[in-house]
Amino acid sequence: MSPITLIFYFLSAITLASAFLTIYSKNPIHSAIYLVICMVSIVGHYLMFNAQFLALVQLIVYAGAIMVLFLFTIMLMNLNKEDEVHKPRITRLGAIVVFVITSIILVSIFIHSKTIMGDYDTSGEDFQSIRKLGQVLLNEYMVPFEFASILLLVAMIGVVLLSKKEKTEK
Amino acid sequence: MNNILNQIGIENYIFLSVLLFCIGVFGVLYRRNAIIVFMSIEIMLNAVNLLFVAFSTYHQDAEGQVFVFFSMAVAAAEVAVGLAILVSVYRNLGSIDIDNLKNLKG
Amino acid sequence: METNLALVLLLSPFVGFLFNIFFGKKVSRTVSGAIGTFTVVVSFLMSICFFAQLNQNGKAIELSLFDWISVHNFKLDFGILLDQLSLLWLLFVTGIGSLIHLYSISYMHDDEHMHKFFAYLNLFVFFMITLVVGSNLLVMFIGWEGVGLCSYLLIGFWYKNQDYNDAAKKAFIMNRIGDLGFLIGMFILATMFSTLNYSELKHAVAAGDVNTALLGVAALCLFIGATGKSAQLPLYTWLPDAMAGPTPVSALIHAATMVTAGIFMITRMNFVFDLTPEIQNIIAIVGAATALVAASIGLLQNDIKKVLAYSTVSQLGLMFLALGLGAYNVAVFHVITHAFFKACLFLGSGSVIHGLHGEQDMRKMGGLRKAMPITYITMLISTLAISGIFPFAGFWSKDEILMVAFEHNKVLWVVASIASIMTAFYMFRLMYLTFFKDFRGTEEQKHHLHESPSLITIPLIILALLALVGGAINLPGSTWLNHFLEPILVAKHEEHALGSNEYMLMGIALAGALVGIAMAYAKYIKQSFVPKEDAAITGFNKTIYNKYYVDEFYTFLIVTPINGLANFFRTTLEPALGKAVFSLGSAANGLGTQGKKLQNGNIGLYLFVFVIGVCAIITYLFIAQ
Repeated sequence: MSPITLIFYFLSAITLASAFLTIYSKNPIHSAIYLVICMVSIVGHYLMFNAQFLALVQLIVYAGAIMVLFLFTIMLMNLNKEDEVHKPRITRLGAIVVFVITSIILVSIFIHSKTIMGDYDTSGEDFQSIRKLGQVLLNEYMVPFEFASILLLVAMIGVVLLSKKEKTEK
Repeated sequence: MNNILNQIGIENYIFLSVLLFCIGVFGVLYRRNAIIVFMSIEIMLNAVNLLFVAFSTYHQDAEGQVFVFFSMAVAAAEVAVGLAILVSVYRNLGSIDIDNLKNLKG
Repeated sequence: METNLALVLLLSPFVGFLFNIFFGKKVSRTVSGAIGTFTVVVSFLMSICFFAQLNQNGKAIELSLFDWISVHNFKLDFGILLDQLSLLWLLFVTGIGSLIHLYSISYMHDDEHMHKFFAYLNLFVFFMITLVVGSNLLVMFIGWEGVGLCSYLLIGFWYKNQDYNDAAKKAFIMNRIGDLGFLIGMFILATMFSTLNYSELKHAVAAGDVNTALLGVAALCLFIGATGKSAQLPLYTWLPDAMAGPTPVSALIHAATMVTAGIFMITRMNFVFDLTPEIQNIIAIVGAATALVAASIGLLQNDIKKVLAYSTVSQLGLMFLALGLGAYNVAVFHVITHAFFKACLFLGSGSVIHGLHGEQDMRKMGGLRKAMPITYITMLISTLAISGIFPFAGFWSKDEILMVAFEHNKVLWVVASIASIMTAFYMFRLMYLTFFKDFRGTEEQKHHLHESPSLITIPLIILALLALVGGAINLPGSTWLNHFLEPILVAKHEEHALGSNEYMLMGIALAGALVGIAMAYAKYIKQSFVPKEDAAITGFNKTIYNKYYVDEFYTFLIVTPINGLANFFRTTLEPALGKAVFSLGSAANGLGTQGKKLQNGNIGLYLFVFVIGVCAIITYLFIAQ
């Protein structure tokens, strides 16, 4: 087993375990922490792909901004101690069944699909450095790029509006 | 640099991504706390991003990573808005149990 | 020019109808009646003009007003045919119609709906003219239906009485049953020959080999139509009930005009019937049977109008007997003379009823001879005519029928003779009970007895004169009518030279009539017999008095089952259908209620279903490759 493979298995184990623990733990703060660990492990995966830009962006945006947002919200609603009533037994059973079914379906689909390339060859040219990424983004995907900024603007405005306290009725 | 897929093979990444996605689905259906549901959705998004990057390396193409870029932008916006809604719900109903959101019943 | 005159002839009574419907209430009653009468008189004058013209040059006039139906190979136009037969009918329809209109001005004077009465009468004359002058079967059918409609309207004229309404409905429905036969006959003829025009049909029938079996079916169906309209067995029960209408209606419709429509139709289609001797046999037998049965019922009736009604049915039976034996001109002769004396009889009875302020039961009349002399004399003349006494009109026409019957079939001759003897008996019974002996009514009626006003008596006098001399149109010797009708008829009818056979038959008929009169005289004058009250009639007399219970039989056979069926539909089937249909709504409602449970607002459930759906779609897409 080459080291790369070992590292891959290690990272995958961390990813899956932390994801599972996110869902399973009772304390929302713990869930958030586990999710951060999951994100960071995915950063590791990206680095193994040599997708430098994406790895950093994932770290900054996801682990840095989104998870912080989650944590702030959890603390805002004071969910530290959680006494959550479980869903009805049948629903939980259904959820497990769905989980199994979905995983089986998706796995079998992907396994049975035919691969185009038999061998994994390297084209040798650079396809994912940040320079190349920038060129692709700003040449072919110019419009979505601009729209993404508008999207973020709209989201910001929406968030500000939604979280305003109504002064009149309360 | 050698294609990492030569050593690991794309099937492993597929398995990983699928399992991660299914964990996310499971989480959405299993938990009653809205925050945990959101986090499960984030897990799903991440699984898909991972798969995109894997296939971008497979095809030696940058477009997969561009899509991941946009996906992250959208995810950020979505989390912001979603949490804002959640906070409003918390202010109105006092709890964030999604089983309480039954006004559309019937 | 001719078209215009023909249109005036046709539409004048219709104009009268429109006037009376829209403006009749605004003008006084006499004016409304006068307008109505005037329009019919105009038609009468027009028909005299055309008749004179036809007599002169012997050419029939056929006009086409407009193209009506034009499909594939079947072409029909709304046409008018003024030939010998139609002009003859027109003369006596409009002539007697004008007299009856004149009569009604006085008779209906006390009725507040007099303008409506004249409107309906005018409408009736219009439809009758349409029936007679049509150049094809379909135009005749329009008139046929129209006179049925007007008969309904006029019988049920005093609509406040439910019995009269029932009588009107009965008349219309029985007519309708006959009309079905007429329609089927028309359809068969149209299919066979692609035309309904008389002259074209005549040529087509004479031209080549026709399917005589199918033609026979058509002839039978047409005869059924005639049965309904002319009140033969078995569709005759409406005519006595139709006496519920005012007397001028009975005179016009049920004596002189509408009931003769069947005979008119068969005479028109004589070329068809000549080719189907079996159907002619059926017609003759039905006619003779009707004559006998109706005469036997008339022997014991106590309502003056009912006696006349049954006598009408009986005389129509004799006419059908003549038609069935192929003697069309004899039947037409009897139609004309019968129109004269029957109308006179009905109008006379109306005069009597008017004088007695509505009394129609003969048991309460009597001795009116002195009080109403004109009525008495005119009715006497007509009664002598109907009994077939020489030299009145009825003698000649009835004799011809008996002679023809004797030639063809002795049994029919015997039946017809018996019917004639009975006719003489009950008509004179009517005369004796009404006009002779002492008055049997109330004292108050006795004080008010007087002769009817002149507008009533003038038509009576005119009709009585016609009944007196009407036989002149076809005396054996100078048979004007036979010659006149020759162009219409296909088969040649040999004329009888008056030999010893004929004189003997005439003598037998005359003797039979005198025997009938003598029997009536013996019973009602010598013995002063007055018929018993209704409850006291027993035995076979009771059967005859109750019209052989035919009405009850029809009710049992047809009316009650239909009513039962209708009741069944109303009480069982319709609610069941309603429930079945509404249950669809309930089912939809139930389905919706169950579907509502799917939306319980539970987000978890929604997500669950969502994921399952996505899995299903993916599986399907994957497998469907």
